[in-house]
Parts: sequence; C-alpha cells; structure tokens
Amino acid sequence: MVTEVTEPRPVARSTPPDYLHDGRGIWSWLFTLDHKRIGVMYLVGILTSLLLGGVFALLIRTHLAIPALVHQPGQATSTAGSAAVVVGPSQPVPANTSTGQDAAAQMVAESEAATAASTVQPTPPRYLLTPKEYNRAFTLHGAIMIFLVIIPGIPAALGNFVLPLMLGAKDVAFPRLNLMSFHLWLIGLVFFLVVLFTGGLDTGWTFYTPYSTTTDTRVTTAVVGAFILGFSSIFTGINFIATVHFLRPRGMSWFRMPLFVWSLYATAIIQVLATPVLGITLLLIALEKNLGLGIFDPKLGGDPVLFQHFFWFYSHPAVYIMILPGMGIISELISTFSRKHIFGYRFIAFSSVAIAILGFLVWGHHMFTSGQSRLASMIFSALTFSVSIPSAIKVFNWLATMYKGRISLQTPMCYALAFILLFGIGGLTGLFLGALATDVHLHDTYFVVAHFHYVMFGGTLVAFLGGLHYWWPKMTGKMYNDTLGRLGALLIFLGLNLTFFPQFVLGSRGMPRRYFDYSSLLDRHPEFAGLNLMSTAGAYLTAIGLIVAAVCLLGSLWWGRKAPPNPWGSASLEWRCPSPPPKENFLSPPVITPAFDPYDLDQVVYDPETQGYWVRQTAIT
Amino acid sequence: MTMATHSVEVPEQHHPTGEHDHHAGEHPAYLAHHFDSMAQQFAAGKLGMWIFLVTEILFFGGLFCAYAVYRANHPEVFVYAHHFLDKNLGALNTAILIFSSFTMAWAVRAAQLGQQQTLRLCLITTLLCAGAFLGVKYVEYRQKWEHGLLWAGWYHPHVTNAEHHGDAAPKPSSPATAPTAVQATTSGQTPEPTTAATAGEHSEYPGEPRLAGVFFSIYFCMTGLHALHVVGGMIAITWLLIRAFQGVFGPEYYGPVDYVGLYWHLVDMIWIYLFPLLYLIH
Amino acid sequence: MTSQQVNQAHHAGGHVVPGHVLVAVFIALLVLTALTVAATWVDLGPGNLFVAIGIATVKAALVALFFMHLRYDHPFYGLVFTLAILFLALFLGLTLVDVRQTFPEVQAALENPV
Repeated sequence: MVTEVTEPRPVARSTPPDYLHDGRGIWSWLFTLDHKRIGVMYLVGILTSLLLGGVFALLIRTHLAIPALVHQPGQATSTAGSAAVVVGPSQPVPANTSTGQDAAAQMVAESEAATAASTVQPTPPRYLLTPKEYNRAFTLHGAIMIFLVIIPGIPAALGNFVLPLMLGAKDVAFPRLNLMSFHLWLIGLVFFLVVLFTGGLDTGWTFYTPYSTTTDTRVTTAVVGAFILGFSSIFTGINFIATVHFLRPRGMSWFRMPLFVWSLYATAIIQVLATPVLGITLLLIALEKNLGLGIFDPKLGGDPVLFQHFFWFYSHPAVYIMILPGMGIISELISTFSRKHIFGYRFIAFSSVAIAILGFLVWGHHMFTSGQSRLASMIFSALTFSVSIPSAIKVFNWLATMYKGRISLQTPMCYALAFILLFGIGGLTGLFLGALATDVHLHDTYFVVAHFHYVMFGGTLVAFLGGLHYWWPKMTGKMYNDTLGRLGALLIFLGLNLTFFPQFVLGSRGMPRRYFDYSSLLDRHPEFAGLNLMSTAGAYLTAIGLIVAAVCLLGSLWWGRKAPPNPWGSASLEWRCPSPPPKENFLSPPVITPAFDPYDLDQVVYDPETQGYWVRQTAIT
Repeated sequence: MTMATHSVEVPEQHHPTGEHDHHAGEHPAYLAHHFDSMAQQFAAGKLGMWIFLVTEILFFGGLFCAYAVYRANHPEVFVYAHHFLDKNLGALNTAILIFSSFTMAWAVRAAQLGQQQTLRLCLITTLLCAGAFLGVKYVEYRQKWEHGLLWAGWYHPHVTNAEHHGDAAPKPSSPATAPTAVQATTSGQTPEPTTAATAGEHSEYPGEPRLAGVFFSIYFCMTGLHALHVVGGMIAITWLLIRAFQGVFGPEYYGPVDYVGLYWHLVDMIWIYLFPLLYLIH
Repeated sequence: MTSQQVNQAHHAGGHVVPGHVLVAVFIALLVLTALTVAATWVDLGPGNLFVAIGIATVKAALVALFFMHLRYDHPFYGLVFTLAILFLALFLGLTLVDVRQTFPEVQAALENPV
C-alpha cells in the first residue's frame, strides 16, 4: 500500500476482465472486433426478429381459426379471397399440373382474367385481416423468419461466438469483415422495417414473377434489403472458411475439430456458392420492376419459369444453410449428454459436406408444377432422394451414440431429443414432396407448410434453442433454472406438434396454402375446421413455451448462479476457458496434444465444488 | 494413478492486450493480433479473396445463365441485335483490360521485390486503363441511348440522323418517341417477325425480330454490372496507390496488392467472356 | 492446409512471377484476342460459338494460371476456382436442359394463343 500516490494503485495480477466487461459503452459494442460480442449482438437482433416474425405467425393462425369458428354448416359459401399469386377462378384452383403447355400464354391470360374476375367478385368476408393484409402477413412472416432469423441464425449468433473457441483460436480470420457482416444485417433489418411500415409486401417470400414485378407493394425495398442480407451471409461464409483453414492452432487437425465446426464449414461452402445467385436474382427483380428489363416478362420475351430456376438455385441450398448448423449442434449435445463419444465421427463429418454438395442438385423439386419440363422434373425428383441419405446417416449415428450411454435429461438434451423426432418427421415428409407423383397433389397445400415448419422450426429453431441453452453459461457466465428450461422445451415440443401435425392432414386433404379464407371448403371438408383450430391452439402453446424459455434464460441473468467453466462435462476446447471468456479467449493458448479428442468423455471428471467438470490432461506417450 | 492436473485455464502472467513484445525484433508492423505469422495472415487473406471471387463468379454466372437461355431459344434475336455493337470498340476495350491486367500483375511483382517506383507506376497505369475502359463504355452507351437501343421495356429503336457508322443506325421498325412498356410490334399475340419497311440506305438489316429488346436487356445488365465492378476495382486500386505512396508495401507485406490484383484479374476474365459472347456473334 | 504447411509455402517474399513470363502471357492474350476477332470472318455455323468460347477459355486460363498465380500456388486455390466453375456449369446445364425442353411448347402456345 503506497502512502504517496504517484500512479494508480497497481491492480493485482489476476484474470483479465471477461469479454462482456472489457470495454464499456455502446460504441465499444457497435464497433467491436471481438467475435464474441458480435455473436451476442447478432443473438439479440435475431431473437428480436424472431419475436416480430412470431407475432405475424400468431396473427395468421388467429385469422385462420375464425372461419372454423363462424362457419355454419350448409351456409352459402363466401367466395375465397385472393391468394398471393393471382388466380382466375373464384373456387380453389388445384395445383397446376400443366407440363409447360400454354404456360406463358396462360400466365398472361390468367392475369387478365383475374383482374376482370376480381371486379365482379363480391367483397370477401372480413375476419381478422383483409385479403390484402393477409397476403402481407404471411409474406412478412416468411421473409423476416427466413432472411433475418433462420439463415443468419445459428452461424451468426452461436457460430460466431463458439467457432474460434472450439478451434482454440483468438478470433475469426477477418474480424473487421465479421463486424461488417453484422452491420449489413442491421441495415437489412432496417430495410425490412421500412417495408413493414410503408405498406408491406404481398408477393410471398418467394417473390415469384410476374406478380412481384407488377404489384405496387414494397418489392424493391424488400429485395434490396434481402440483397444486403445476402452479403452479410456471404461475408460470414468467407470468414468461417478461412478461419477453419488457417486459424487452427498447431495440433488441431481436421479430424480433431468438433462436428459443429464441420457443419459450420459445410454451411459456409453453401453460403458462398448459392447466395450470389440469390443476389443476382433480386437485382434482376428490381431492374425488371423499375426499368422493365423484360427478363421474366413473357410480353417482353422473358420467361417467368426462369425466375424460379434462379430463385430456387439459391433457396434450396439455403435450407441446408438453415439445417446443417443445427445438426452440428445436435451432434455436440447428444454426445455430451449421453456421456459417450460420438458414434461415427467421420461419417457425420463427411455427411455434412455431402449434404452441402448434393443440396445443389435438387432445386427443381420446388418447380414440379410450375411448367418445368417432364425430363427436368424426373431428373430432379430422382436426385432429391439422394439428399436424404446423408441426413439419415446422421440420425442413425446420433441414436447409436445414445445407445448404452448415460443419458442426462438436462435442458439442452431435451431440445436435442425433440429435434430428432421433429426433424425425423419433417425429413420423412420431404420424401412425399420429393416424389414427383405425390408432389403434384401436395404442392402448394398445407402439407408443404407443415413439412418445412417441422424442419425449420422443429429442426433448426429447436437446435438453435438447444445450442443457446447449452452455451448460455459460457456466453453469460450464469446458470439458468434447469426445471424451467425443461418446461419450456416440453411446451415448445408439444406446441409444435399440435400446430403442424394437423397441417399434414389438412394438406393431404386438399387445403391450399396462402389462402385468406377456406370457408367455402368447409361444407365438403368439415374436418378442416377442427384441424385449423388445433393448429391455432398449438401456435399459442408454442408461443407460451417460447415465453417460458425466454423467462428462464433472461431470469438467469439476474438470479442465476455463477457458471463454472465446464458445467455440462464436454471435452471440447470452448469449455477450457472461463465462463464468460476473456477477450483473448484463452488465458494461455491451448496446447493440443495428439491425444486430444473433443468427444473423449472418459477424461471428463465431475467436480462437486464448482458443480462443473474438468478434463484430465491425458498423458503424452 | 497418474497425477491428474486440471486443464482449466490457470491465470498466469498476462500480456496486456495490444502488446506483442515477444516478437520484438522481427515483428511486422502489419501483423494482426489474432495471427501468429505474416505467412498465416497472407494465406488467410488470399483464401478470403479467392472465396470472394468464387461468389463473384456465381453472381455473374446468373447473368451468363440468362444469356445462355435466351440465346438458345432466340438465336435470331442475338444475330440481329449484335449488329449494333461495335466490334472495334469491344476489341479495343478487351485490349485495354488485358493490358491493365498485365500492369496489375507487374504491380504485384514490383511490391514483392520492393520496387516502389515501379509499383506506383503500374498502379497508376492500371487506373488509367480502367478509366479508358469506362470512357469507351460511355461512348458506346451514349450511342445506344441516342438510338433508343435500350433494354426490352424501353426499347425504341430510331435514327437520330442519317448516320452510318460502324454501329450502323437501326432500322426504325416503329418510330416511337417515348419509352413504352410494349412495342407496337410486340403485342404478344402476333408472333411473326415484322419485316419493317426498308428505308433506303438502311436495308442491310432486314427483318428486325420481335423481342429484339431482350438482347439489350442482357447486354446492359452484363456490361453494366461489369462496369460497376470496374469502378469498384478502381476504388480499391486508388486505396492501394495511396498506401503505395506511403511506402507501406514491400517483400514482407504485399498482401493487399496481391488480393486487389486477384480481383482485378477476375474483372478482366469476365470481360474476356463477355466480349465474344456479346460482340462477336456471327 | 495447416498453418505449418502455410509457413513452409510462403516464406518472406513468396514466389515472384518472372517478368518475361508476364510479358509473354500478355502478348499471347493480345494474339488470341486478334484471333477470336478474325474467327468471326470465317463461317463455321454453330461452330463459331464453340471456337469463340474455346479461345476465351484459353485466355481465361492464361490469366488464371499466370496473372492470378495459380500455376505457382498450392493446388488448393486452383481447386477453389475450379469448384466455382463446376457449380456454375451445373446451374447453367440443368437450367438449359429444362428450358430447351419446354421451349417448343411455349413457342406453340405463343403462336396459338387460347
């Protein structure tokens, strides 16, 4: 203790501040180069967007419950309201089974007929939303969820945080590019908020021409926003590939990396190959709409089906951007909470890359009824079956991992188990849709809606929540109440099934998607009423589950106990640094011996003092 | 039983962030804190730029796909419309870009060898070539604009006066004065190509096909997007030039020159394909 | 590639392309450009397109191998570049297959509007 203070009292040489407290003030966050802070900011933004997209979902489901509630059997049917794509006749039109004949001329004729027809149609009944509002609601729900939540989702919010830690690196390869990715995401968000507040968008998230190039809603703003978000995604992909190639420390070979890293790497490959094609497609929509470019307009020599080729060349691989990181998380969770080495490490690793590559070969399966040629449809249908193989390999490997393990049903594991069932259902129903003959009947029905919600919500979002609960202690330094966490997981699981399983039935019995009103179908299909009501009830149950999960996690920030470095007993590197980590990640660079194995759980020992685990240093032979 | 040691991080002497005294003597000024060596940093940057080029290839690829589709389906449109592109200007631009690629590659070489003067000279030359390229493009675009040879929605070919240059004036099939969304000849219901009245000295291009505007849609999209990338390249090269004047580059640190060079060569490569596909359709 | 391999491959300075190589490639590119223009004076029917693309590909290869250094770099970078081209070919190929298949039907519909 100095009596005469000539310089500040020396601070005891102890651990450096953690990344949350290393630098204060909003600018230190908004212009940080620390991948952990960027990850946290992404997380906040993405969860907020999830809330926004979820509000639209509840709006839609509430709206769709009303025809079921008000319909009297035998009542004179009200005319079906307009769907997003202009349809001529007033009754539901079966999926277009034309094989290309008259495709272009039909488009032209139909759009003119529909304009005429809509003027003689009586006003549609008003439920919660008008037809225009309904179109905007499902469009914005889809666009926000896909472009702002699910595609950035796991790589941006969790990957950014965890990837360098798992490798034992100090940061990603290009921290400034990482920051730019985040800023671009924010700008994209702003564009979509502008769309929201200046009239919305009613084309469906798929922007199909010719409607998207002729409607007067905020298409240009939305495509510019999506374009910017695309670049955010591309830059993240570039960063992750370079990080995995060059920022692995000595000893961290490819096959000593955790499987989450493999999945992020495979995802990054898709991001850099597919997203630019979306970029050019969006640019062409904007040019077509504003300058009359004519590439997609039959009257000017264009081809609307070409738009769909362009669009789906990105958007199919995009769904693998969504699911691959989720599968990576599940590999981590299943292994850790079965207290067992992951089964078939190399198979799982290679299957991630296989999914990435095969995912590029199948985009035409979204276009079976669009006027695509028979030959192309058959090729795409056959190729589609190939993608299910690596996915199945993963599922079997996870189950084999659990077999004879010591399973611990903590919250992350509950989400992982939910994932396996929900993704299983979602993936299997994809087979119905990939088969050309059945897809012709199921296309544009609720079967499709149920399928993709099972894989995107039941798959990706559930994996996201599982990962969030898994790495929460590492990110925040707090443990949450496990009982509350498990309750949230259970409610979400039940809610998802209640929401989307009835939709498989609805779809297979013919209820079309994107319809404002289905009351005209209720006389022939009275079961649609009950099924829609179940689905709406499920939506609210899911919302409650999400609220419980949110309360659980946010509550831990105030009331949670301090987290040990390794609360769950995993052997991968991100658990070897303090919770939360310091800015430089590791207090001293980790030494990776030849015996290092991120799934070697025999080396993990429980320490009752910290209520955490530590990893035995294996002897070097 | 071997003595098990905690492998949880043990706090130890910690270097305050930002200092890397352990590299004292040979510490390069431009080594970022998360890299262990300049070689690692260079390799990472190079891979990063190559992946970015991959995205650019796929980005332009969409337009090449549109080109392929329309040329396959409407070859008569392409054969007709390419008459309006000046082969000589196109070849000149090709030569300019190839030369600029050469000077850019030489700039990288100069940086690697520490030849500061040569480096600056090469960068300046590259910039000038890029500017010349854009100048030629401007001349071409202006000619198109004056003759109404724009993308499909604004396609209204007409002659300004009795000019008869290398890019001969188009035959006026419908002397529209204002851009219309659909030409009179392309009502969408009459597929026969209109054989517009020959007007004396313009008879060497008979039979403007319906949908001729499609060619120009593709032309402007591809060359316009390419020109935007040239502008982007110029900005990057200017930034390099500023740093080159500060004497920043040398054998130890030439990464940015190499990366911008890679980008510039891709821009050249795309033009190498655009030139025959747009200008040299037989 | 691991960081160790990187260190071995890129010692200070790295590989410098010899000046005469750069000049030779430049001249070759100009010659090929002249060649491709000259080829338009010869009528080969559909062959013209393939000749033009072929020459362009040779030029692109020269730029990639020498100006972009792929000839002297670790083969990994060449693989990255090739992968991009392959995926582009996949996109173009399958789309063209479909569009060429449907084109006759579309033409017929346009000529005989319902």
